Order: sequence, then C-alpha cells, then structure tokens
Amino acid sequence: MHTFLLSKIEVGSHLYVNFTESAHLHGETIFVSSVVVALVSLFLVIGTSNLKRVPEGLQNVVEVVYELIKGIAFTQLGPSYYAQFLPFVATVFLFILGSNWAGALIPWKLIEIPHGELAAPTNDINTTACLALLTSVTYFGAGFKIKGLGYFGRYIKPSVFLLPINIIEDFTKPLSLNFRLFGNIVADELTVSVLCSLVPILIPVPIMVLGLFASSIQALIFSTLAAAYIAEVIE
Amino acid sequence: MVDSLVAAASVIGAALAVGFAGIGPGIGQGTAAGQAVEGISRQPEAEGKIRGTLLLSFAFMEALTIYGLVVALSLLFANPFVG
Repeated sequence: MHTFLLSKIEVGSHLYVNFTESAHLHGETIFVSSVVVALVSLFLVIGTSNLKRVPEGLQNVVEVVYELIKGIAFTQLGPSYYAQFLPFVATVFLFILGSNWAGALIPWKLIEIPHGELAAPTNDINTTACLALLTSVTYFGAGFKIKGLGYFGRYIKPSVFLLPINIIEDFTKPLSLNFRLFGNIVADELTVSVLCSLVPILIPVPIMVLGLFASSIQALIFSTLAAAYIAEVIE
Repeated sequence: MVDSLVAAASVIGAALAVGFAGIGPGIGQGTAAGQAVEGISRQPEAEGKIRGTLLLSFAFMEALTIYGLVVALSLLFANPFVG
C-alpha cells in the first residue's frame, strides 16, 4: 500500500521475521516481550530472594504488588477459589503492566531497527488477542474443572431466553478485552507521537504521564475482568 | 493510486467515527463522576472504595470511545478498500 506520510508516523509497520512464505513473526513485538518477561522475572526473583520477616528494600515493593494482586483475586473469586487462579491473574497483570510501562519509559528509539520501531508489545493486536484468548480458555477450563459437564447449565441461567445472549457473550468478552487494551495503548502512543512531531519540547510530558496512569489502570482492568469472568463461571 | 472517492469517504468516516464515539461515554462518565462526588460528600470515609469503583467504571466507558478510535485508525492506516 502506497502511503503518503505527512509526519513519519507509521501505524502497522513491523519488522517481519519470515519462516516460510506465509508464516511470519513480528520481530519487534517478540523482542520487547522477551525483554519485559526477563525484567519482570528478574524483579520478582531478586525481590523474593533472602526473605526477611520484616521486609526491607525490594521485598517491600514485591509485597505491595502481591497484596494488590491478591486483593483483586480475593475480591472477585472469594476465599475458597482465589488461590487456584491467583497465578493466572498475577501473570496477566504483571505482563500487561510491565509491557505498557516498558513501552512508555524505556527509550527504545535509541535502538534503530530496519523496519518498524520498538514500542510496547501491547500495541500489536496479536499480543492483546492472545491475552484475551488465554482468559477465555481459562474460564472455560475453570468451568469444566470445577463444574464438570454441569458447566453448560450456565447458558440457560437465569432464563432460557437469554441463551443467544449468553452465547454471544462468549465471543464479545474476549473481543472487548482485546480491543480495550489495544485501543488504549495505541491511542496513547499515537497521541504522544503526534505531539512530539509538532512540539517536541515539554508539551508531550503531561500526555506521557497520563499515558502511564491510564496504562496501569488498563492492566488493573484486564486482570479484574479476567478474575470476574472466572468467578462468574464458578459462581 | 488511491481512488479519490474511497479516500474521501474513508476520511469522512474516520472523523465521524471518533466524533460520535465521544458523545455517549462523555455523558456517562460525567454522570458517574457527579454521583461519585455526591457519595463522597455524603460519607467521606468511603472515599477509597468510591474512587476505586469510579476508576473501574471509567475504564469500561472509555472502552466504548476506544472502539470508535480503532475504527478510525483502521480506516486511515489499514484500509481494506485501498490498493
């Protein structure tokens, strides 16, 4: 597609890593995702090594994060089921928060790649679609594991007339999770890019701070909704 | 080369998508914020919970505007009718 670029901002150009003619990866997304996973794992491993009864240093931060995530899971899932799903909720929360903040805070522009640019991996719809599908698979799996085949009774509660709506909801839940996260991150990055191309000094800073706040809220929303969907299925 | 009708229609469509998508959630978020402030004024010690619920509701309403933005962005940058 021939594009007339007014300001050197391209949406949707990626660094394609080709395996065969049709199978390819978005190289820059995979690279930043790996960096995010490595950083979050390093943070957690260092924070939980040498545990003391009275926490100090990095252990303090890790405990605050743990309390937050446990609060999310506990509020949504209740005391008897939250422990089973706490790892999933924590993974989703930490990955989304880590990738959004890594995309906003680390100066990726210093590394130049031949095609596309390094940014938050959640600005690629494949990442967010994968997270949404994982959530969907998890709540299906939770339903089957805890309720067995009685899981299908959920579709006709509270009344049989809601059956088509419940079926459609199975498709719109992951879709809305996907687009909410993707749209928020892309909108924030695009706003900052446009402002930087107009007035590169000082004006983009409030938008960047707003972007940091909004992206952390999105991580909270995604994990809260994931826990809420699982809770809805387990009842 | 881009067909001029397709280009013009895409631009108008993108602008309308974002423009109209801002109306509903704007009204909704304003109402929610007003009720939250009233709740805080009635019971100041519940401010933490009210603020948490308010932010959660804001994110849901914001998502509706974002859907409009996604349509606009896909019309401008990933248009299936161009080329």
